[in-house]
Amino acid sequence: MKLRLAHLYPKLMNIYGDRGNIMCFERRCRGREIEFELDELSIGDAFDPGAYDLVFIGGAQDAEQRRVVDDLRDVKGEALQEYVERDGVLLAVCGGYQLMGAYYRSADGGELPGVGLLDLWTEHPGPDAKRFIGNVVIEWEGETLVGFENHGGRTHLGPRARPLGSVVTGFGNNGDDGGEGAVCRNVYGTYLHGSLLPKNPRFADHLLALALAGENGDVRLAPLDDMVEEQAHAEALRLATRRSIIRR
Amino acid sequence: MRLTAAILAARTVAALSRGLRRGGGTALPGLVAERLDPGLVPTLAARLGQGSALVTGTNGKTTTARMVRGICRKAGLRPVANREGSNMMRGVAAALAGSVRWDGSFSAPKKRIGIFEVDEATMPLVARSVEPRAVLFTNLFRDQLDRYGEVETVATLWRAAVRSFPAEVTLALNADDPAVASLSDVALGKVVLYGVDDETQAGGSLEHAADARWCYACGSELEYAVVFYGHLGHWRCPGCHRARPTPDVAVSALTTANDGMNVTLRTLAGEVSVRLPLVGLYNAYNAAAATALAVALGIETKAIEQGLAGVTAAFGRQERLAVDGREVQVILAKNPAGVNQVIRTITADGAPKHLAVFLNDDIADGRDISWIWDVDFELLSGGVASLVVSGRRAWDMALRLKYAGLGERPEVEHDAKLALRQAIAATPEGGTLYVIPTYTAMLDVRNILGRWSGRGAFWEGDAR
Repeated sequence: MKLRLAHLYPKLMNIYGDRGNIMCFERRCRGREIEFELDELSIGDAFDPGAYDLVFIGGAQDAEQRRVVDDLRDVKGEALQEYVERDGVLLAVCGGYQLMGAYYRSADGGELPGVGLLDLWTEHPGPDAKRFIGNVVIEWEGETLVGFENHGGRTHLGPRARPLGSVVTGFGNNGDDGGEGAVCRNVYGTYLHGSLLPKNPRFADHLLALALAGENGDVRLAPLDDMVEEQAHAEALRLATRRSIIRR
Repeated sequence: MRLTAAILAARTVAALSRGLRRGGGTALPGLVAERLDPGLVPTLAARLGQGSALVTGTNGKTTTARMVRGICRKAGLRPVANREGSNMMRGVAAALAGSVRWDGSFSAPKKRIGIFEVDEATMPLVARSVEPRAVLFTNLFRDQLDRYGEVETVATLWRAAVRSFPAEVTLALNADDPAVASLSDVALGKVVLYGVDDETQAGGSLEHAADARWCYACGSELEYAVVFYGHLGHWRCPGCHRARPTPDVAVSALTTANDGMNVTLRTLAGEVSVRLPLVGLYNAYNAAAATALAVALGIETKAIEQGLAGVTAAFGRQERLAVDGREVQVILAKNPAGVNQVIRTITADGAPKHLAVFLNDDIADGRDISWIWDVDFELLSGGVASLVVSGRRAWDMALRLKYAGLGERPEVEHDAKLALRQAIAATPEGGTLYVIPTYTAMLDVRNILGRWSGRGAFWEGDAR
């Protein structure tokens, strides 16, 4: 078995330790003797919709996000659309998540068009609006996902996307409707970084299994020694939920 | 009258909090003084006969400011300085209130010079209050994004502040950091540039977490002939042909030997050659930065040389303590660029190391701990003899180190005292234990080790 991962704009979209997510995919493949291949695609590089099992895009500062937008739409947009329609698996975090939607309206009112892979839009209410910063816990398919969020934009989902999870503590998509992240087909978006995947190993495996299932039928991933992963998850959960009582 | 009340109150609070051993009494006195007399800082700063200089930037502030103070003393001046970790307005207020007599006058006013290290984001505010003669910018790295916002936000803030400085203000700028060097484009006054010329110190390619890869003016991706660390190096922009300017103060040669290094600095007034009891290229940058600021202040080469030669490690920055027959070195961990430098420095000799790593997530540490994934801990793989992980987010750090190949199940002990005991026990007598804590963990660690080594609490031992 082999997992072919495309990392989009690793130099530009890497603000919150997003490398940890790539390392997690690699580690959890190699630990099961699944071959792992990584392509880093930057500005100008074409995206081949048939060449990958999994695509990752991370978060960025506003300036870098602006650099990426045109390339994402004009160079890779159509191919990504095709990839998604073939049920390709994609994970987008933070800034990358915002770019998967219809548009991102920044604090100064300027609009960045998204690539439209998720039915959502994001608006920053303005320079004086509260930034959503802090530890966050969401409930996802009966389990918890833990991480950290730091975003000014408020994301709203359209009818063709459902939230990835519901907020237990933190702000989530918009601080309002209790939803966090978005899912449509096999496209996953979330504000959680930290890095997200290393301490949410079940979510990482969920994505890996989905990604490998296409060509390999139903995939059973062998268990790994996740003692440290589970402890980190439990600790983040404990601190986030305790703090939300004391500090808010 | 108001001023006297503010000074009195600040000193009383300082004495009380020191008596109660509450964190060395650094922030509260300044806060009290500022509340009682908001004009305290400008009033007292104006009484400094030699004016003030500010030191700002992501990394190197504390050590560089310490070096500059040493240089000033050798030049016959009497520096007034805030304590590290108290680098907001209130820290400056506390320093000034604590240095004057009851009536608000300085002893030897003509020799007084303010050397203040200031937080990157607070710098414009402090500059407006103290009206400095010179401002040093060390570097700009990603640091505590939850607190400072994005790197570009700080760069924009700095450019606006520099534009507002009167022409009498001299800037000391790091030529090797494109984000800092570009400040000379908007400076009205004189600029003293510093950097590293010794290309044998090159560190390979841009690190994973390199910031400022793009030209601020035209947006092109910068090219590097040499990268020293982070995004510091000999850069040029292929788009608009901006390039690293030739520094006025440059590290022309650097050799490391026996817990120290020999640094040769080329300046316009001749060479400065010193032996520093510190290691790591980042400390050579600090020495060059201190020299550049001293040059900006008109201090002579001889005093610079003497001042640098007398420098000792700042609190928690390669500070060495003797505990139970082991040498314990405490090295603060702040951000990816800083920790990468620390790792590169301690692994330079290739011998396996004894380590204790502490990760907290208080505001002063950065509440967002995702930065640990941007650190190249992989450089430690195969080079660790023993490891204990501690701090409030110990398990997150343990997981990061597991990923870096330092063991499937790193030893975790949340209690700082027990963790240090374990780490010391795992270090053979006569050996060295490296303790790498984030800021608030450093305060705990330093106090515990201070007691064990008989050096006392940090504020007692930290010479101003």
